[in-house]
Amino acid sequence: MRQYIVKYLLQVIPVMFIISSVIFVLIYMTGDPVALMLSESATPQQIAELREALGLNEPFYVQYGKYMLNLLQGDFGKSYVFQQDALSLVLERLPLTLELGAVSVILAIVLSIPLGIYSAVKKNTFADLIITGISVLGKAVPNFWLGIMLILVLSIMFPIFPVSGHGSWLHLILPAITLGTNAMAEITRLVRSSMLEVLNQDYIRTAKSKGLSAIIVVFRHGFRNCLIPVITVMAMQISGIVGGAIITETIFAWPGMGQLLVRSVNVRDMAVVQAAVFVSAIAIILMNFLADIAYRFIDPRIKYE
Amino acid sequence: MSVDIQHVKNMKDQSALNSFEVGKRINPYARFVRLLFQSKTGTTGLVIFVVIVLAAILAPAIAPHDPTLMNARNTLAPPAWLEGGTSDHLLGTDNLGRDVFSRILYGARVTLVVSLLSVIVAGVIGIALGVVCGYYGGRWFDSIIMRIVDAKMAIPGILLMLVIIGVFGSSIPTLVFVLGFTEWTAFTRLVRSEVLSIKQRDYVRAARSIGTRDRTIMWKHILPNIVSICIVISTLTLGGNIILEASLSYLGLGIQPPDVSWGYMLNEGRDHLATSWWISTFPGIAITLTVLGVIFMGDWLRDVFDPRSQGRRS
Repeated sequence: MRQYIVKYLLQVIPVMFIISSVIFVLIYMTGDPVALMLSESATPQQIAELREALGLNEPFYVQYGKYMLNLLQGDFGKSYVFQQDALSLVLERLPLTLELGAVSVILAIVLSIPLGIYSAVKKNTFADLIITGISVLGKAVPNFWLGIMLILVLSIMFPIFPVSGHGSWLHLILPAITLGTNAMAEITRLVRSSMLEVLNQDYIRTAKSKGLSAIIVVFRHGFRNCLIPVITVMAMQISGIVGGAIITETIFAWPGMGQLLVRSVNVRDMAVVQAAVFVSAIAIILMNFLADIAYRFIDPRIKYE
Repeated sequence: MSVDIQHVKNMKDQSALNSFEVGKRINPYARFVRLLFQSKTGTTGLVIFVVIVLAAILAPAIAPHDPTLMNARNTLAPPAWLEGGTSDHLLGTDNLGRDVFSRILYGARVTLVVSLLSVIVAGVIGIALGVVCGYYGGRWFDSIIMRIVDAKMAIPGILLMLVIIGVFGSSIPTLVFVLGFTEWTAFTRLVRSEVLSIKQRDYVRAARSIGTRDRTIMWKHILPNIVSICIVISTLTLGGNIILEASLSYLGLGIQPPDVSWGYMLNEGRDHLATSWWISTFPGIAITLTVLGVIFMGDWLRDVFDPRSQGRRS
């Protein structure tokens, strides 16, 4: 177990190295951030001084080395818009994004598992058709449009939920639905298909022939065995949730990391952008790691390598 | 939309299955068409997609108005069937008095051009790397590329795109390359694992034993055998790229005005939601329908290329 964790964490190092290098090269290619930092009336001397202070006159490899050293110390530079440490700006916003992400994942799971099981048990009935239809539609609908339509129907036509912002739990509902729909559609489809496969197994027939009630057969013998693919897909959805959060937060003016990121890209505040990319990548890797552990916990047949 | 690895992986032995059919002399095109009309979803998907493509090609002929023509006297006009709407503006007008229907038609052009071209870029990069990595599996080149693919898995595509757009700014060519350069990893991962198994086959070994050059083996013996898997990944990537393009445009970081894009129309409509729901509703329906068409086509293609998956998917 410990060996496995160490091995997993060692794999993170090259991944983070590649991500940071790509970001560095991209930012190096943008050229000069100085023009954005100073007002237009800055004298050539001021520009030269700032360039010197930022180390922009140094050769590529020196800049790269310094950048990497700074990253290792957790220093992503200063946001020129907020005049604040970029990493702490991002970390301030992170809890709100995690809150939104967690609620939408929970919502997706709570809805999709019963729906998937139900449509598998009632295969080829009208209810199954509706659920399958919804899950196909849920994959095709772009989440930002879904968000706008939810606002239109549930905040403007029937003012039940607030249009945007952050505050009471009511503010959380629409963004969470928007963000969770894609994962919900995916998980429903998967629960249905793996449940169908499980229900054809011999041990299910045995359980039924023993005279166990349908509910016990479905939940104790069926459901447990369809959890494994569900967790795999959940892990794959995490990255989608982080990506979706960027857009969802913009639609609902949810003051999380995604909103900060979009704003920073718009004003080319690259220090914040790279800090946000880093934090998201670490978050995704960690969640994948947790999913992997959960996976092994649920299915003891999987050995730690 | 994530690429459905399990199903694509099931296609592994597909070429072996096909080789049995060779003796029967079935015209592959006839089989293709027959299978298309047997499948309801396949037909639906194809019909939707063809309609959208036709709308895009014929936009200048069908569109009743210039999509960028503003009319200050006729802003926020409702669709024709509502009170106050005229048949002149079938789906109403937006906040600047532009015709929503014409804009949707022209938006189809941009969306299709960007998403199709970006799939081609992603496909060329991804397939080339996948074939080379699979063929020379286990060497340093392979492990570097696979680490990059892993790194890409740890960042959502849209995040990487935002960084690149932050650096290079936004235009249609940049968007094509941004989408292409970030979405190639699905191709590489799946093509590589496919090639790893194909190169163990006897005909590849035979070719190698008579001294065929590696390049020839890759072109003549490996590439033709991964065409079907590549087509399936392409449709899945296409659907994803349509949504990604619309998302970026919605954020104001994709297609820039005066070019018309469905995503940007939604962005503009968001501010007028309380008074004019039609501005943001119809472009969204257009996106959903297009993606739905592509998903249906993808599902059907997967069934055609992998006869075994038909029983599993029900």
